[in-house]
Amino acid sequence: MEFSQEQLEAFYRTMYTIRSFEEKINDLFLAGEIPGFVHLYIGEEAVATGVMANLRKTDYITSTHRGHGHTIAKGADLKRMMAEIFGKRTGYCRGKGGSMHIADFSIGMLGANGVVGGGFNLAVGAALAAKLMGTDQVAVCFFGDGASNRGTFHEGLNMAAVWKLPVVFVCENNQYASTTPYRTTTSVENIADRAIGYGIPGVVVDGNDVFAVYEAAQAAVERARSGGGPTLLEAKTYRIKGHFVGDPELYRTRQEVEEHLENDDPLKNFRRQVLAASRLSERELAEIEAQVREEIEEAVDFARKSPFPAPEELFEDLYVESGEAACGK
Amino acid sequence: MRELTYAEAVREALRLEMRRDPSVFILGEDVGKFGGCFGVTGDLWQEFGEDRVRDTPISETAIIGAAVGAAATGMRPVPEIMFCDFLTVCMDQLVNQAAKMRYMFGGKAKIPMVVRAPVGGGISAAAQHSQSLEAWFTHVPGLKVVMPSTPADAKGLLIASIRDDNPVMFFEHKLLYPVKGEVPEGEYVVPLGKADVKREGSDVTVVATSLMVMKALEAAEKLAAEGVSVEVVDPRTLVPLDEETILASVKKTGRVVIAHEAVTRSGFGAEIAAIIAEKALDYLDAPIKRVGAKPAPVPFAGVLEKYVLPGTDDIVAAVKEII
Ligand SMILES: Cc1ncc(C[n+]2csc(CCOP(=O)(O)OP(=O)(O)O)c2C)c(N)n1
Ligand SMILES: [Mg+2]
Repeated sequence: MEFSQEQLEAFYRTMYTIRSFEEKINDLFLAGEIPGFVHLYIGEEAVATGVMANLRKTDYITSTHRGHGHTIAKGADLKRMMAEIFGKRTGYCRGKGGSMHIADFSIGMLGANGVVGGGFNLAVGAALAAKLMGTDQVAVCFFGDGASNRGTFHEGLNMAAVWKLPVVFVCENNQYASTTPYRTTTSVENIADRAIGYGIPGVVVDGNDVFAVYEAAQAAVERARSGGGPTLLEAKTYRIKGHFVGDPELYRTRQEVEEHLENDDPLKNFRRQVLAASRLSERELAEIEAQVREEIEEAVDFARKSPFPAPEELFEDLYVESGEAACGK
Repeated sequence: MRELTYAEAVREALRLEMRRDPSVFILGEDVGKFGGCFGVTGDLWQEFGEDRVRDTPISETAIIGAAVGAAATGMRPVPEIMFCDFLTVCMDQLVNQAAKMRYMFGGKAKIPMVVRAPVGGGISAAAQHSQSLEAWFTHVPGLKVVMPSTPADAKGLLIASIRDDNPVMFFEHKLLYPVKGEVPEGEYVVPLGKADVKREGSDVTVVATSLMVMKALEAAEKLAAEGVSVEVVDPRTLVPLDEETILASVKKTGRVVIAHEAVTRSGFGAEIAAIIAEKALDYLDAPIKRVGAKPAPVPFAGVLEKYVLPGTDDIVAAVKEII
């Protein structure tokens, strides 16, 4: 497949933005500037980037506890994301959600989720709404290997399949569900193999290759948009960082992580490919990196300078006040 | 006496019961080699092996359902659900199955199972990881509900719960896990349905559960400095509830504040207040006061979280309103 210069730059910009954003979050968390706990998307950038490049702004996604990458790739504002992760009033959820609950309905980002497997059927519902309203919107549900063992996965896939809903289920198989290697809790080799049980296509793709993800997602999104029904797409990837920042990672060796970093880091993979094909130069890549780093510094600065919410704001947004727009914020 | 943390006390109870009774086993997410999300199961996997300390898939419905089925057929499972918030995804297995099998089948089944789950906020874990949902389960006949506030109670009540032939919901507060206290050695049993007077006093009764017991004791200390004598009663188990101890204290002091971390509205405090109103109204010299979380989800930002959750000062203020 041919990719334009613009597409290549966009891929790298998105992947590099996610990587740097997450590295920044890691440092800020360790420095004590961010409360709660954070789950980083480092190592999985190619999945969100390759899938989202096929989506329109009006398409929907549901995300997970590891949601920063999806949110960035869907086009969210870094300042409001960062402010939310700091718990500031200027954040996406006005400080009420934090890292695990960022949402931006204006770009179809229907929310990260603290409950593993909580998003499957929300995506099914968004796809159902699109079908009922006669739009050609598509919903994409991101979920982990661990989440595929929730009952919600099975109920959602069956319902979406039997109703031929425009939804794509994207499994990010990063090999672990917190401390548990997926092979010890999952009865099949590929989570995509389960698609057979629902009579839908199940596709396995190299989740560390943004081009491969893009192509696989393109087929699935087109199928959904044209009324062909859901696809289960499994991206094999790897969580380079701990389950959360601070995870002692006793369940794997340092060597395993180092080897992966060396041989199959999605950003390195991309650089190798575009440089070898002389499609982008070191200088062009460096330019993107510099711009991104600046944006992230601005986001941190914005978050730091923003005020915390006031206690009186506790009850705001609990119920809809009559006359208020449905997705006003 | 030696001291243990609350988490260690829970683990000691599990260890002793597992040694004593081969039908006791644990199942849950990351409870094995890793030792549990909050480190509670610790080294039990090393001692008892992966059959009896079973790591599960992220399948809460199956964890509870399988525990119910195994309990009905001769085992004594002690499933762990990582956060009590996730009990919401296994409600059918708890409410319609575990709680009702025995009764519905005319006394045929026994479900000796203890579901352990951490409750509570205070760690900026936001709305889906910070709730205290114990009242939901007290509303379901057939379940017992236990909420220890000290390491000793955690040990003694857990042993009693594991030996109980009924399904027991056992709620541990996240912020209590590192708290230390004296814990008796050996098979120390605290019977279900016995409240504990954690501090004696004569002016006001504070009935408090879980983490709020600690806060009530802090409040009592502060109020003592101002000449107010507070009695702190910890029911320890909500079902069965030791009404007698609560009523005796209220009859003695004539004033009562009820404190829990769960949302005040429809919280278990409402039940305690109703019992006091029904059975000891004539002894009351002031209205019953309740202290609990404000009726909002637990927000992420520290300022808001602190505001929504009840604290020591709220108990002090409530006491001052009625003396
Ligand atoms: C219903 C539910 N059970 C358990 C948890 C605790 N938990 C949070 S993340 C996680 C692991 C998820 O693994 P996976 O789905 O593979 O996603 P990953 O973290 O690898 O991205 C667990 C067990 C939860 N949040 N929700
Ligand atoms: Mg995973």
